[in-house]
Amino acid sequence: MCGIAGIIHRNAGKEVNIGEQMTSMLQALKHRGPDSTGYAVYGEDNGNQVVRFKVAEGADLEGSFDIHAAIEERVALVNKRLEELGAKILNKESANEYSHRYEIQFSGDMKKLADFVEDIEGVEILSIGNSLELIKDLGDAAVVSKQYGLDNFNGTHGIGHTRMATESDVDIRSAHPYWAYPFSDVAVVHNGQLTNYWTNRRALELKGHRFSSNCDSELIAVYIADKMSQGSDLESAMKDSVEYLDGVFTYLVATKDQLGMAKDVMAAKPMVVYESDDMIALASEEVAIRTLFDHRIETFDPYHGEVKVWQN
Amino acid sequence: MAELKKEKAQEMGLHDEQLKGRTQQRFFSIDESENLTYFHSHEVDTSKSAKIDAQDMTPREINREIRALMEKGIGDITVDNPMSRHGVGVGILNRLNLKFTDSLGYFGCGLIDGPNVHIEGRVGWSCAENMMAGTVVIEGNAGSTFGAAIRGGDLVCKGDVGARTGIDQKGGTIIVGGRTGAFSGFMMQRGRMIICGDAGMNLGDSMYDGTIYVGGEVEELGVDCVPGEMTELDIRYLSEKLAIYGIKTPKGVEKMQKYVSGKMLWNYASLEPNEKKLIL
Repeated sequence: MCGIAGIIHRNAGKEVNIGEQMTSMLQALKHRGPDSTGYAVYGEDNGNQVVRFKVAEGADLEGSFDIHAAIEERVALVNKRLEELGAKILNKESANEYSHRYEIQFSGDMKKLADFVEDIEGVEILSIGNSLELIKDLGDAAVVSKQYGLDNFNGTHGIGHTRMATESDVDIRSAHPYWAYPFSDVAVVHNGQLTNYWTNRRALELKGHRFSSNCDSELIAVYIADKMSQGSDLESAMKDSVEYLDGVFTYLVATKDQLGMAKDVMAAKPMVVYESDDMIALASEEVAIRTLFDHRIETFDPYHGEVKVWQN
Repeated sequence: MAELKKEKAQEMGLHDEQLKGRTQQRFFSIDESENLTYFHSHEVDTSKSAKIDAQDMTPREINREIRALMEKGIGDITVDNPMSRHGVGVGILNRLNLKFTDSLGYFGCGLIDGPNVHIEGRVGWSCAENMMAGTVVIEGNAGSTFGAAIRGGDLVCKGDVGARTGIDQKGGTIIVGGRTGAFSGFMMQRGRMIICGDAGMNLGDSMYDGTIYVGGEVEELGVDCVPGEMTELDIRYLSEKLAIYGIKTPKGVEKMQKYVSGKMLWNYASLEPNEKKLIL
């Protein structure tokens, strides 16, 4: 099933507690997917890049005697490789042993950096961006929010996902959102099933794109990245995707200053939209949006095959 | 293969009577009082009113409270703050004036037989699924599978609705004040659907009876759905029916287009009208 949600504030600066709002919506969607929860939230851009990466799965900690030493080695190797490429590490944070956040200064090739770091066994870059913070882990929104300190995250917009695993494992690798590697600040969440995943994945891999999981949803992120690398804007890429993707889906994409939504031509997956002059909130169910208001709101369902993009 | 003895088959729960259509005769007992009344149907007085504040209630608690009030004979109930919760107002099998002053989530007012429901907000997917009788009027928009498999009553949405409106509709009337999404009227078997705005692709796909009226543009007709001839009777029916709910079509009912099934299923077409009623 899975639940997705998104919110974007217009002209609100960076003063809105996006972390708290996203948690509120995602927790209301817990019944649609209790396996994992993920956020792509957009905060202040101070000119540096934020790199979110993991060096192991949470479950690995219980399955191996030497995992702790391996994690230390992997982190050291990440530091070494970043420095080799000329990236200056300004700040290091970690919510737990396996999940890390680095703030870096880097003006080189982002794809090369991502590939070089991910070449280390067990290391996966979750996101790179100037304002994007991509956080995902097992558990519901309350658990993940608390673990990663999202209750006080100010920003302009965000998307999120509660996952019910149907076609791939319950792990961080298969959790949403997916970063549109190697594009800075682009992330995707998806509810549905893509039936032409393998065919299209093979074609994109032949073009040099990388897939980090076997989750069909990752195809959307890679496809959007591919289109944008050819010069498409977000809306055009999303409109093309409605024809390109086969199956039933509703997905959200966020960039540094945009939030987009696309729905398949059969409208088989739900999406409810609230739109006002100040903000747009979207979710698989209205009950999630309703947690943000203490009064009645007007909402609507997007049409089949519809693509909408909002700017903050 | 050895033949399975009838007694043994029945011990295993394989009652061959069910296959022959004699289930009611076989299992009905005059000594069981519930067989003589409509289960969970209540005698209510619509002059007696009550309010429920559902702000901090679960869907189950809201439904239980509605039932408890009906058991007391209260026939006019207002529910404040349902907060878009799912599965609220379901399984009501008697006359009742029921009002929600906010939106409902999925499966709102499903499996009902008789109440008049007024919803001031929006409804999520599958509103009034399997409705048998009564009216449900929604002031806002509605999600997909609106009025799935309804058999009777009037289901009215004054705004727009999602995809698959009236899928498997078996009777009653669905009225949409705005537009409706793809596959509306899919496998429609009986009843009427009135769409005042536009209709999405595959309208009336695989329908084999019933009538669909559209006031706006149809993106694409589904398989077996064909234009029908509007008659004076259709125009009069539409005028009077829409007037009941204060709904107007952008171009007037005279400009509405009628759609019917272009093909009858062989087994269905060979039945007499009273026999058709039995199979639906």
